[in-house]
Amino acid sequence: MTVQRANVQNVSLGAHYTVHMPAPDDFAFWRERARGLIQCDVPPDRVSWVEPGETGDLFAHEGHSRGEKRLPVAGQEAPPVRASKRFMQVARNAALHSDTERFGLLYRMLWRLQSNPRGMEDKADTDVRRIEELDKSVRRDSHKMHAFVRFREVPSDTGEHYVAWFEPDHHIVRANAGFFMRRFANMHWSILTPRGCIHWDGETMRESGPAQRNDAPSGDPIEDLWKSYYASTFNPARLKVGAMMAEMPKKYWKNMPEAELIPGLIAGAQAREAGMVAAGEREERKHPATFGEIGDAIAACRDCAIATCGTRAVAGEGKVDAALMIVGEQPGDHEGKAGRPFIGPAGQMLDEHLERAGIDRAAAYVTNAVKHFKFSWRGKRRLHQSPTAKEIDTCRWWLEAERAVVKPRVVVALGASAARGLIGKTVSVSQARGKAIPLEDGSELWVTVHPSYLLRLDGKARVEQAALFANDLAAIRARLTELEA
Amino acid sequence: MAQNTTQQTLQQRLEILADAAKYDASCASSGTAKKNSLGGAKGRGGIGSTEGMGICHAYAPDGRCISLLKVLLTNHCIFDCHYCINRKSSNVRRARFTPQEVADLTINFYKRNYIEGLFLSSGIIKSSNHTMEQLVECARILREEYDFRGYIHLKTIPEADPGLIHQAGLYADRVSINVELPTTSGLARLAPDKDARQIEGALAKTKSRIIEAKDERKRFKHAPRFAPAGQSTQMIVGADNASDADIVVKASTLYGSFGLRRVYYSAFSPIPDASAVLPLKRPPLMREHRLYQSDWLMRFYGYAPDEVAQATDSHGNLPLDIDPKLAWALKFRGQFPVDVNRASKEQLLRVPGLGTTAVGRILNARRHRTLRLDDVARLTQSIAKVRPFLVALDWRPTSLTDRADLRALLTPKQEQLELF
Ligand code: SF4
Repeated sequence: MTVQRANVQNVSLGAHYTVHMPAPDDFAFWRERARGLIQCDVPPDRVSWVEPGETGDLFAHEGHSRGEKRLPVAGQEAPPVRASKRFMQVARNAALHSDTERFGLLYRMLWRLQSNPRGMEDKADTDVRRIEELDKSVRRDSHKMHAFVRFREVPSDTGEHYVAWFEPDHHIVRANAGFFMRRFANMHWSILTPRGCIHWDGETMRESGPAQRNDAPSGDPIEDLWKSYYASTFNPARLKVGAMMAEMPKKYWKNMPEAELIPGLIAGAQAREAGMVAAGEREERKHPATFGEIGDAIAACRDCAIATCGTRAVAGEGKVDAALMIVGEQPGDHEGKAGRPFIGPAGQMLDEHLERAGIDRAAAYVTNAVKHFKFSWRGKRRLHQSPTAKEIDTCRWWLEAERAVVKPRVVVALGASAARGLIGKTVSVSQARGKAIPLEDGSELWVTVHPSYLLRLDGKARVEQAALFANDLAAIRARLTELEA
Repeated sequence: MAQNTTQQTLQQRLEILADAAKYDASCASSGTAKKNSLGGAKGRGGIGSTEGMGICHAYAPDGRCISLLKVLLTNHCIFDCHYCINRKSSNVRRARFTPQEVADLTINFYKRNYIEGLFLSSGIIKSSNHTMEQLVECARILREEYDFRGYIHLKTIPEADPGLIHQAGLYADRVSINVELPTTSGLARLAPDKDARQIEGALAKTKSRIIEAKDERKRFKHAPRFAPAGQSTQMIVGADNASDADIVVKASTLYGSFGLRRVYYSAFSPIPDASAVLPLKRPPLMREHRLYQSDWLMRFYGYAPDEVAQATDSHGNLPLDIDPKLAWALKFRGQFPVDVNRASKEQLLRVPGLGTTAVGRILNARRHRTLRLDDVARLTQSIAKVRPFLVALDWRPTSLTDRADLRALLTPKQEQLELF
């Protein structure tokens, strides 16, 4: 389809024209001139497009400055010039590319669209491909400008003034002024670039010529905070340098204060992660499978600070397949010396109550939430100290090893520490006692007080609490009978 | 402890509270209502804009983008969740910001174009309500005193008063509540202070508020927006023994029941001073990646959750060496090859190696001509990958789909490198 051009004046066939662009990003100007030239039927190889500061084509017919004034003028009846939607979408961006051929390329495409309106659909065509490439790199450059411009505050009489230095690859500064205006409306700011600068004072946008790096400020007190943030928000256990480099190419780094930290962060990351993994290494081991192994391993355990007390580890003891597991807090002085659980005064108190409740200790498995005795010296006496939540959680791994071997159906926690060793949270005994709490392995937990609590009470209080304790044990006994039936 | 806090500089506290927030996977700042800072109540305009797409302002060496100031208000916590570095029994250094300090940091960073906005979360201090009040106060200062129109994401506390959560949604672009762990038993074991039903109840309430607010806006132009970027949640992967199949099914229930914009997966990372009940081995990051891929299969490729589960091995886990779509295709070879020239869009979307764009291009192109293998090659990224599953005008993969070593042929030769 060739459009018949009507009433064209001033066209000397074979002549060569030069269009001097007033600015490298003036798409409207290019569009105006391109339209006129097409209406006058000037083929692409007869036009040179010259950016400001560049010399024109030596062979151009009107190759002196302001030559565009003598371009041919189309008459009133010249047919309209048409472009596809797709062309309009990409041309506006492609025109901002730094490639000096871009205006000629766009003109050639526009020319071809006149006879082949669907030309932009042919993705294999070299012109189409090139225009789309230009569009893509301009969009990317704009996107990176939105992301990587870094303002620095400079003192000024009008309050705060924020100044940024940026080095775009293409002529995108003016096109992106709107973005920064909409984002930083109430700020006074300037973006300086080697391709020209823009300034906003809260009301008006102003432009000025190219700037140099030294024109921009070199630091800002907030930058240290930002660098701290950047370094802290990165997880050394997930190093993925390639992914970072793909999105934040090195050429932008010089404008970004945080980028100077990157090499150090990468270098230190593996050591930091190795440290974190090593700290949790025990978890990758399987629980020992027999009492003997558990006992040996606990004796060697130094996973928490209690081990530094230098006492002997106390593993549990009792029936291998007991239906009932009794868990205390931690071994005491006697237990630590003998290496056996519940043999001191509290143990005797427990034995008495168990017997009265009709529970056979020999048929149960008895152990503690924490396997070492934690104490402080008071003169020559070793004074019991409660384990911290953290210590109980650390030692829980051993309790789980024991549970995995014994597989009890009922677990009795004597006191809040023991309960924590089983369910991982601190409960109040008065609220938790008297009912079964289901555990994830299908067994059930009953919480009651520790017998040493009874030992610390006197008179009436002791009688009352002993009765409650007896009650709890009776309920547990009843439950055991029920489960066995 | 309090004394300790006052002696710390702002910078030290920022280090602690950013470090503590880095295990949160979500960082997105997209999908909210368009806002800019021109004009407005104060005459000279405010600060901040959102133009639909969020902007990643920097990338960390872990490959993740930094688009928000992601911090905790405090890492003090009355809870004792074992997977969490801030749990009560952990020995980490503690710190605390005031809402004003967080708002100032946000504005200062924003003015320098470091960030798109704020993602604020917190350990629970005093009570859930007290904590939630502080989070809301920070958002209020930003919106009302600084006239900030950038992005705000608040992590809400499920136990907090519904009125406070409502206020949070009025200030924030997005709200989220972490479900934390894919299984209830995992939650009971690792987060003994949290309650699955309460968390899901809060998700449900937020969902209905979002729907109500949208509805009101249809009828009244000036009805307030409520969390225009919707709600999201996060699950920790690899801290309990939930399989990929468990996780996928859980995620799809969450999408279905609570209208979530996103479910984030966070591969459990070894944390300093970890609790002993954790399986402290780092799950491969590839697992997290495969889960995100299966998420895509459900959201954009029409796979049902149980179909994704079919792609898993006998332990319910997705293969790490190939993507879930290929894994599914290899299991259901009877469904292939499909004819590029005749197959439905749904069928084409199931071909390993064909993305939504390629399928769109194929559907367009076949209106003009009958496609040969060469034509398909021009429309797709890698013809080698799709060839065994396709029939074209001049191509029929008779032997390939039956080959026992098809998986080996299609598996990337080298293990994906994750470390530098
Ligand atoms: S108390 Fe438990 S965790 Fe601590 S050293 Fe002893 S056995 Fe190990």
